Amino acid sequence: MIAAADRAIQRPADAKLLVVDAAGRARDTSRAALLDVLRPGDLVIANDAATLPASLQGTHLRSGRAIEVRLAGRHSLDRDDVSEFAAIVFGEGDFHTRTEDRPAPPQLAPGDRLALGPLEATVLTTLGHPRLIRLRFDGTPDAIWAGLSRHGRPIQYAHVPEPLALWDVWTAIAGPPVAFESPSAGFALNWRMLHEMRRKRIGFVTLTHAAGISSTGDDALDALLPFDEPYDIPSATTAAIARARVQGGRIVAVGTTVVRALEHAATCDGVVPAGAGLANQRIGAGTRLRVVDAILSGVHEPGTSHYQLLRAFTNDATLDRMVGEMTAHGYRGHEFGDFVFMVAMPRTTPRPERLHQTLRRLPA
Amino acid sequence: MFTNSSTALRGVRAAITGGTSGLGLALVRELLGRGADVAFVARNRDRVERIARQHPPVHGIVGDISLREDIHPIAIQIAGALGGLDVLVNNASDLGPAPLKLLADTECEELERALATNVLGPFRLTRALLGALSVSARERGGALVINVSSDAAINAYPTWGAYGASKAALHHMSRIWDAELEADGVRFLSVDPGDMDTPLHALAVPDADRSTLKRPEDAARELADTIAAALERERHAA
Repeated sequence: MIAAADRAIQRPADAKLLVVDAAGRARDTSRAALLDVLRPGDLVIANDAATLPASLQGTHLRSGRAIEVRLAGRHSLDRDDVSEFAAIVFGEGDFHTRTEDRPAPPQLAPGDRLALGPLEATVLTTLGHPRLIRLRFDGTPDAIWAGLSRHGRPIQYAHVPEPLALWDVWTAIAGPPVAFESPSAGFALNWRMLHEMRRKRIGFVTLTHAAGISSTGDDALDALLPFDEPYDIPSATTAAIARARVQGGRIVAVGTTVVRALEHAATCDGVVPAGAGLANQRIGAGTRLRVVDAILSGVHEPGTSHYQLLRAFTNDATLDRMVGEMTAHGYRGHEFGDFVFMVAMPRTTPRPERLHQTLRRLPA
Repeated sequence: MFTNSSTALRGVRAAITGGTSGLGLALVRELLGRGADVAFVARNRDRVERIARQHPPVHGIVGDISLREDIHPIAIQIAGALGGLDVLVNNASDLGPAPLKLLADTECEELERALATNVLGPFRLTRALLGALSVSARERGGALVINVSSDAAINAYPTWGAYGASKAALHHMSRIWDAELEADGVRFLSVDPGDMDTPLHALAVPDADRSTLKRPEDAARELADTIAAALERERHAA
């Protein structure tokens, strides 16, 4: 078993890093050694989304019952597109109770009104599950931004007992406030590290991806994760990817959301166009990575969608070994836990374009 | 009217603290007039709503930058409503004791309040928005933080101790921010707008001859020129 990190410290001095190379060999080191596993010419791509206070306490007006609404999805990252959200609804209580033990919400029907602090919303539809709805907030975009920022709290789970503040869940590079949960692999970064990377000629760029909810406490809903997530890839980032490729550098994704955005946007020959998109694919053992060569990720339990995504990078024997090493060395899991850096294992039968890319990148 | 393209700020996303009076309000109007997309922050809800109503499509945000708990809600509303941020103007200021006092008569709480508004507030808000500013620097070639300073940050004027010491700290912090983040394309300017006919000046010098003071509108025009020139320079360099 991998224990959960239970304190909201983004960069504990003793954070661990498990490095898994392209041959599947694992080496236990410290997060401080992250710079040493990167090479000049590599391009590190992180998710610059800041985390919304997406947990809203309130009342289901028809029943008068207390509810917690967790915003979980939206159509686009457009700044004015803040009226409609997909959301998970819980009954009474808060994060101190494990999600799987939370009471169900009152029965939710289209047209039901929800009072959420200064915000009011209408249930538009239920989405095939008693806890999953689409809602629409009243008011102008400015009023909705104000209401969310004043009333909302970061989505939180019982493994961290102290209430989280927004500064606990914003990465050092957090910009557009669009993530529903923290893109927490980015906790490994600070500005000193970005400057060290520049000095070592390691590239650094970002994309914006609305990282969604990681757990709902309900097996049927969890099986649907991750929900569709809007993203935006700036042209500066796609240009840097093209440059890194030409120079033989590796594309290093910080976090699963970056993998999802890049691989969703990529054309079949691995070119990444700039612009907005809605990532709706699942990444797993059957996925051929077209863009990403390595990932820096948090530590996730087998069975989660984050863990499934690692199966695109390596084989199950290596993942079993990885979990064994992490357990043996006391790695901690979840958003404030330790890290893994994994280089994608070459496929035994690469498709021609993948082989072509691999050959082009060999000089590093 | 002749439009000077080098001083236009079309599409530039700018946020101004202390935006309901004095230099801040004049700057809100000046930047809107130059085509910028503007959000402003101030403490008084009624005043924020009135100014916002009078100046569509400006985004009015209620918040107190001297309060730690207000910073992230303010940052979310700025980056959310503007869809990013190119220019942050830390303009909101606290005079310290009013009427002004000798340092020897200044209460610790009065100094703390000046430091909270003039130093800690700009530091916290800049940190919270640094991610958005560096996104702008990477995508648009440069971002800018203007910290509004004063000659009291440089000269030792008796009775201006709380204000002068806090503005001196802000001035020096601007220089260090700039030295550290120049290579990231996020530039910092400490700007002294001069003695202006503003509520803060009236609080400090109630019997001043207002005809000798600079109009905030003139200071705002100069500051907008400074912003346009600095962005132009940075985006050319990128």
